[in-house]
Amino acid sequence: MPNVDFVVIGSGAAGGVMAKELAEAGFRVVVLEQGPYLKEKDFTHDEVHYVRHQGLTNDQKVQPVLFRRNDGETAQPWKAIAYGRQVGGGTVHFAANYWRFHESDFHEHSTFGDVPGSSFTDWPITYADLEPFYAKAERDIGVSGLAGANPFEAPRSGPYPLPPMPVKSSGVLFDRGAKKLGLHPFPAPVAILSQPYQGRGACTHCGWCQWFGCEMRAKSSTLATVIPQAVKTGRCEVRANAYVRRIQTDKTGRVTGVVYFDAKRKEVFLKAKGVVLCANGVESPRLLLLSKSNRFPNGLANSSGLVGRNLMWDNSHGVQALFEHPLHDYKSIRVTRVLHDFYRADAKRGFYGGGAMDARFGSFPAAFALNGLPAGTPRWGLEYKKALAEYFPRTMMVVGHSTSLPVENNRVDLDPQAKDAWGLPAVRITFDFHPDDQKTARWLWDKQIAILEAAGARRIWGEYNDKPGLSAHLMGTCRMGTDPQRSVVNTWSRAHDVPNLWVVDGSNFVTSARQQPTATIQALAYRAAAGIVEASRRGEL
Amino acid sequence: MNRREWMVGAFAWQHPHGANTATKLEYFSTEQAAEVDALCAQIIPSSDGTPGAREAGAVYFIDRALAGWDRDKRDLYRTGLAETQTLRRRLFPDSVSISALPAEQAIALLQAIENSPFFELLRTHTVLGFVGPPSRGGNRDHKGWALIQVEDRMSFEPPFGFYDAER
Repeated sequence: MPNVDFVVIGSGAAGGVMAKELAEAGFRVVVLEQGPYLKEKDFTHDEVHYVRHQGLTNDQKVQPVLFRRNDGETAQPWKAIAYGRQVGGGTVHFAANYWRFHESDFHEHSTFGDVPGSSFTDWPITYADLEPFYAKAERDIGVSGLAGANPFEAPRSGPYPLPPMPVKSSGVLFDRGAKKLGLHPFPAPVAILSQPYQGRGACTHCGWCQWFGCEMRAKSSTLATVIPQAVKTGRCEVRANAYVRRIQTDKTGRVTGVVYFDAKRKEVFLKAKGVVLCANGVESPRLLLLSKSNRFPNGLANSSGLVGRNLMWDNSHGVQALFEHPLHDYKSIRVTRVLHDFYRADAKRGFYGGGAMDARFGSFPAAFALNGLPAGTPRWGLEYKKALAEYFPRTMMVVGHSTSLPVENNRVDLDPQAKDAWGLPAVRITFDFHPDDQKTARWLWDKQIAILEAAGARRIWGEYNDKPGLSAHLMGTCRMGTDPQRSVVNTWSRAHDVPNLWVVDGSNFVTSARQQPTATIQALAYRAAAGIVEASRRGEL
Repeated sequence: MNRREWMVGAFAWQHPHGANTATKLEYFSTEQAAEVDALCAQIIPSSDGTPGAREAGAVYFIDRALAGWDRDKRDLYRTGLAETQTLRRRLFPDSVSISALPAEQAIALLQAIENSPFFELLRTHTVLGFVGPPSRGGNRDHKGWALIQVEDRMSFEPPFGFYDAER
């Protein structure tokens, strides 16, 4: 494609949206995706590949992630993060939970106050700024849910485009327990089609959903939705297996294009008028740090020193419960009921934080058989087999999702020694939860158990652990703000330091809300794209 | 027919549904497979007419794993099996093989190794070969899934379970 206007790096939740919006606005766009271009026919129900090996995510063998909990430790190889690594990114394999933020999320610091040991602050935008873009995202990609069912939800300009998915037994039991306690469970908003929509068929409830790709195109991934729409304009080309190593700048400090390795690991320079970086909350800051130059000695767009900092993590904990009759919860989608009663932070508790919950299918057959049974159950032999037969059909899970405070020292940087398969410095993550994050999760854990007890569970089990586990929610590392000394991008996701560079993904997040970041990532992308179109109209590009 | 002959015969048996089910060994010798199979058969035994890991062909899953995606675990099998055989000879001096042990002796042998890394891997593989994807050689005829009431279908209709049905 000659005279490329924008290179979009990454094709996930944000990159797919940016590609479509920019191409439809008339720009010529090339999307560079490090992973392969899979199609629906490539997807199977192989639990070993998709769940055990997490085959749709980053591969520790070619891109090692090194992890440590604090600066005193030497980081060790550990797959601490999971992100989608194919066209469509994480939206191909995600559970498709699609929650809007609450109004309070954007100004929570103002109402709650400082939290020592954190860089907790307000967002520079409000819910009202983002609402039209949440609505557009839901309409564009196809989201099922029931407006008004959640008494705590922020105001909506309209209903969900599709009715909620049918409730599963886990949802019915959760409803029962929660309502007994005077709480307000509601049908889960999910980016999965409950009815045919825009030429795609409805979900057939096969059950192989999270971690898998949807061969029915019923999961509203960017692979199934906005990317084909972008390509259809004739102005968008998707290059898969293209691993970007550097964003190139000139003497004046403007981006001139990107250098990437093609499938044969040959370096290619792609010239563009602007670059939109949507590589996720870990790979985006890494690429900025890899793109340092004489003019940008600390990494591109990093005059604040905050690129990679304020990393926020998935703070989720699952409790399992056994019921009398079979739930067969392996069928259909993962989550059908959600609860936001404990969302708000309340200083009276003595710590900052809040949480949400969902009722879900716990583990796929092999994962359950290996690790799902209560501690103390025989691990092999006749009694093991009997327990497996009794428990698998009758078990469900309630997951608590709670806050992860921004802490400046929690960060992504480049490992001083380890390299990836292309010879580039590997990702190093330094992360530990703020003590208030641990207190919130523990507080929520007891409420998860209380709901399962009220639902009539015969047995409840789980191991509470306050150490960071695998995170698929990568947030905060290129913070949005109005002060270039205290943030990386402006309120339109445009880099403060570089006029023709945008960073749009979970890295923009100022706070973590109560997890489930995809809806907000996509709303930010629609808004960033609108900002680019508007800036172009004003001749500012 | 003694037990050993039956086992050898069992490995030569052709599976009627062919395509997704391994019928040939790719990594183990027939003798090795019989020994591993005898351990699998006690990790998830057949009982009261319901199939266990042996009937589900878990050993074929393990064979495929070691020939393919888990080939880096071959050494652990080699040393683990050798140590298990040494232990068998010490515990049951008159025995000739694991597969020839009566069930209670095979169970005692597993109990003697159950804290070893080899046992942990063997258990993992046996479980994966029982309720893992049928396309990888185990879970033959969905025998593992039958135990946990999983149906392999592209499509289900609500109600899915007891509680959404009674609602």
